[in-house]
Amino acid sequence: MSNVGIVIVSHSPLVAEGTADMVRQMVGDEVPLAWCGGNGHGGLGTSVEAIMGAIEKAWSEAGVAILVDLGGAETNSEMAVEMIGEPRAQKIIVCNAPIVEGAVMAATEASGGASLKEVVATAHELSPS
Amino acid sequence: MVAMAASDLSRLIAAAADTIAAHADELTALDQAIGDGDHGLNMKRGFEAVRAEADTFAVKPLPEALKAIGTKLVMTVGGASGPLFGTLFMALGKEISAEPDRAGLTAAFGKAIEAVAARGKSQTGQKTMLDVLQPVHEALAEGKTAAEIVAVADRAAQATVPMKALRGRASFLGERSIGHMDAGARSTALLVRAVAETIERHA
Repeated sequence: MSNVGIVIVSHSPLVAEGTADMVRQMVGDEVPLAWCGGNGHGGLGTSVEAIMGAIEKAWSEAGVAILVDLGGAETNSEMAVEMIGEPRAQKIIVCNAPIVEGAVMAATEASGGASLKEVVATAHELSPS
Repeated sequence: MVAMAASDLSRLIAAAADTIAAHADELTALDQAIGDGDHGLNMKRGFEAVRAEADTFAVKPLPEALKAIGTKLVMTVGGASGPLFGTLFMALGKEISAEPDRAGLTAAFGKAIEAVAARGKSQTGQKTMLDVLQPVHEALAEGKTAAEIVAVADRAAQATVPMKALRGRASFLGERSIGHMDAGARSTALLVRAVAETIERHA
């Protein structure tokens, strides 16, 4: 698929899956989508391994935008991107946006064939900084 | 410091994993006060995973062993502490030589602290592990003894109590984060003690 992929990373698998459901409702199968949540051991948290797996699943040559909830999800996502390494790492961006709104807006933008830069910019508009 | 034998690294791993396991409840309690309360369990999981593969790590040259330990922590801790402590070890492995003298260790440790600061987008004074790492680095550079370095680390962790958290979950509490020790600062001090005392004992 040539559309930008979306990865949702929450501390809670329920939040991640629910967010993914909302994204699917908007864009169906037009956007590669994957989610992960939880520390990999049944508790709340985020797992670098699971994030790397989600990036693989949602991989698109057009790039991947990652939406995260709290700080640990961001730090672990950045670590995952680094461990995936170049050349793919430069096509993966961790967005600074609210996870639910950001994922839905970013995916909607991606479904129209927008570039990674445009998809990320759409998500970032939600976070006045 | 001279060449590190495989048995030395095994001892260091055991000492680190032992202290984290022994203080897991305390670390969790500290984190519950001003965070999400998973620090003790997460760190224990990570260091037990490192302990489980200690034999594999111990036969590697020091730089490769440290990188592998860091990667293992990243993959197993399950919270932000994974990338932060993992980066500390990975960067230390990247910067250190196979047989570091004190100057080499000090320089590599300094670079590793910079990597942790970049990973956490943080700096000293924000009530984090950096508030212990930085004074320990200074003590190393000043030629302090192992016992002095341990004391510096403990004091530095204690000094996070009156700080207001500016990074991590605790920062959500603002002023209410004041009066509690940072859990990451405490675990860092525990690791410093374990490493310093083990090296001292077997030097």
